Amino acid sequence: MAELLFWPALLAYGEAAVAYAGDVRQPGSFGRAATWGVRVGWLVQTALLIAQAARADGFPWDTWAGSLNLFVWLVVGAYLIWGCRPRFRLLGLVVMPVASLLLAVSYAAGGVAASGKSGYSTLFLVLHVGGVLAGFAGLTLAAAIAALYLWQERQLKRHNPAVLRFRAPSLATLDSLVGRTIAVALPVLTLGMAAGFARLRHESDVDPLIGLTVLAWAVYGVFLLLRYGAGWRGRRAAYLALAGFAIVIALHLGLSPNHFA
Amino acid sequence: MNLVLVGTSHRLAPVEAREKVALDLEAAAELAELLADGGEAVCLSTCNRTELYLAHSDPDDAERRAAAALAEGEVELYRLRDEAAALHLFRVAASLDSLVPGEGEILGQVRAAYEAGACGPVLDRLFRQAVHAGKKVRAETAIAESPASVSSAAAALAQQVFGELDGCRVLLVGAGEVSELAARSLAARGASVATVASRTEGRAAELAARFGGEAVPLDRLEDELAQADVVVSSTSAAGYVLSAKQIPDRKGRPLFVIDLAVPRDVEPAVAELDGCYLYNIDDLEAVVSESLSGRRREAARAEGIVTQEAERFRDWQASLEVVPAIASLRERAERIRSGELAKAESRLEGLSESERRTVESLTTQIVNKLLHVPIVRLKQAAATEGTGYVEVARHLFGIGEEERADSSRKPRQ
Repeated sequence: MAELLFWPALLAYGEAAVAYAGDVRQPGSFGRAATWGVRVGWLVQTALLIAQAARADGFPWDTWAGSLNLFVWLVVGAYLIWGCRPRFRLLGLVVMPVASLLLAVSYAAGGVAASGKSGYSTLFLVLHVGGVLAGFAGLTLAAAIAALYLWQERQLKRHNPAVLRFRAPSLATLDSLVGRTIAVALPVLTLGMAAGFARLRHESDVDPLIGLTVLAWAVYGVFLLLRYGAGWRGRRAAYLALAGFAIVIALHLGLSPNHFA
Repeated sequence: MNLVLVGTSHRLAPVEAREKVALDLEAAAELAELLADGGEAVCLSTCNRTELYLAHSDPDDAERRAAAALAEGEVELYRLRDEAAALHLFRVAASLDSLVPGEGEILGQVRAAYEAGACGPVLDRLFRQAVHAGKKVRAETAIAESPASVSSAAAALAQQVFGELDGCRVLLVGAGEVSELAARSLAARGASVATVASRTEGRAAELAARFGGEAVPLDRLEDELAQADVVVSSTSAAGYVLSAKQIPDRKGRPLFVIDLAVPRDVEPAVAELDGCYLYNIDDLEAVVSESLSGRRREAARAEGIVTQEAERFRDWQASLEVVPAIASLRERAERIRSGELAKAESRLEGLSESERRTVESLTTQIVNKLLHVPIVRLKQAAATEGTGYVEVARHLFGIGEEERADSSRKPRQ
């Protein structure tokens, strides 16, 4: 059942990615088709996750591939809440191809069929994996918005005559959204991390990945301090958000398949 | 009823010719009343066109009268009928026939002409659909979104930096007409023109008062720069009036600088500062040029929308031809049904009231069901294949024959 739902979800995300590209060339109906692709794909992926949860004995996304599946769902969900509006269609052009690719990778690595057995309780895994992945999803979206900010800023600085044609959100909107998204994502990440620390069995369980997670947390903490304490805005803030995201990517790539075992 | 359009526009006649036939709204209403003459008329007159739309049963006569009203012989005119006339009006309402495609005034002018006209069912439908087509084009394409002038491009770019301009402080450097135009465009989008800095105090004070701002001398420029979000500079100074050194550290707070002066007022190094966006007159003209070519691209999509609307109007107009035939057909069927029931009255005397109602209902349903398919097909055929089918239906069902027989009997009586 779960495998059957994977293909329509991937198809809808793929359609959204292609339609977003079409919308850049010809705004209008392509944009609407893209938005529907995101909505339908996300709903189908939700059904897929429910089917996985119903079939599994415990927490079904405790593998690297499984967590990637959940991560894609969270990223697209966050995008639906924050950015699935006409002015943010350029953001969809960044988010949806990546979401499609990651979902395909998750499937290839067994993330759709997997229902691993973990030594941890389901509640712990929901709090830890759910919290960390939801936090990462928010930070991923913040990075996409920061990238869009830098792109748009570059167009304005270079006096690209077509800058108005892209109908991107204003710099002020993007700048504010980066700050707000991180302000929401960081507490969620903190909750997930706190759950993880609370269940560390031995000191020897501390691995470099945990150190890297703490580093990412610190970078985003500094971001919020500078953004709201010292009035950091604009390009510097966007670069800092992207630096934090580089660590998030390293975390994703470095997550050991038996981290939750 | 045929639709007739006679008119002239910027595509056919120079301004010297167009001004001869230009009408204000009151005159347009009077002429429409005069031209209607048992039919319908609307006069649309803007600075780019004067067009007379008439719906009349004698289209040749209507066209002659409209042409005479538009100083025929002195002004070159175009004449269109039915679907072509409808398509033309829809293109006009969608601003596809304007000098600058996507301009916003024409839709209001079409609506005003419609309200002042002598409308009946045809022109009422035509103009309501034209306004709908105009709105649809604006909603479904980006034809009206990009700026068409330097001042509106400057304001649109400022919005691209700040989002909503409400609360943005504008500093005008120089109090000339060019600055004023840009300031108006910014103010129209919510920005407040807070300060006017100029060498000529009188003109600066006058301009500042117009926008509810303050006039300051040029040597206070640096203080004002710390507060401003948008700077519009347009002085006649020979050298730079504003240098990078004068701009204080803004800690990431953006500053949008519009340099409309030639020679330039603002040192190019300002563009290198973090958070500063400097646009000179060439940059803005490039944005306008790109924007106009974008409008032309969108116009191609808009043509598809207006063509669909014109086809819908044609279908509706064709269905008008079929309405009298359908009404006659229903009337004849009802006459036969009630006549036959009356003939059978003596045999139905024994029926109760409820049984009589059942017979009434049953016969009505049989007639309706028999007529349903022919009527639907008649409407469809009228929309797609013209009125030939209507004539066939009249012949097959004998529609109008009784009326003709009655009228031929009358003289003998």
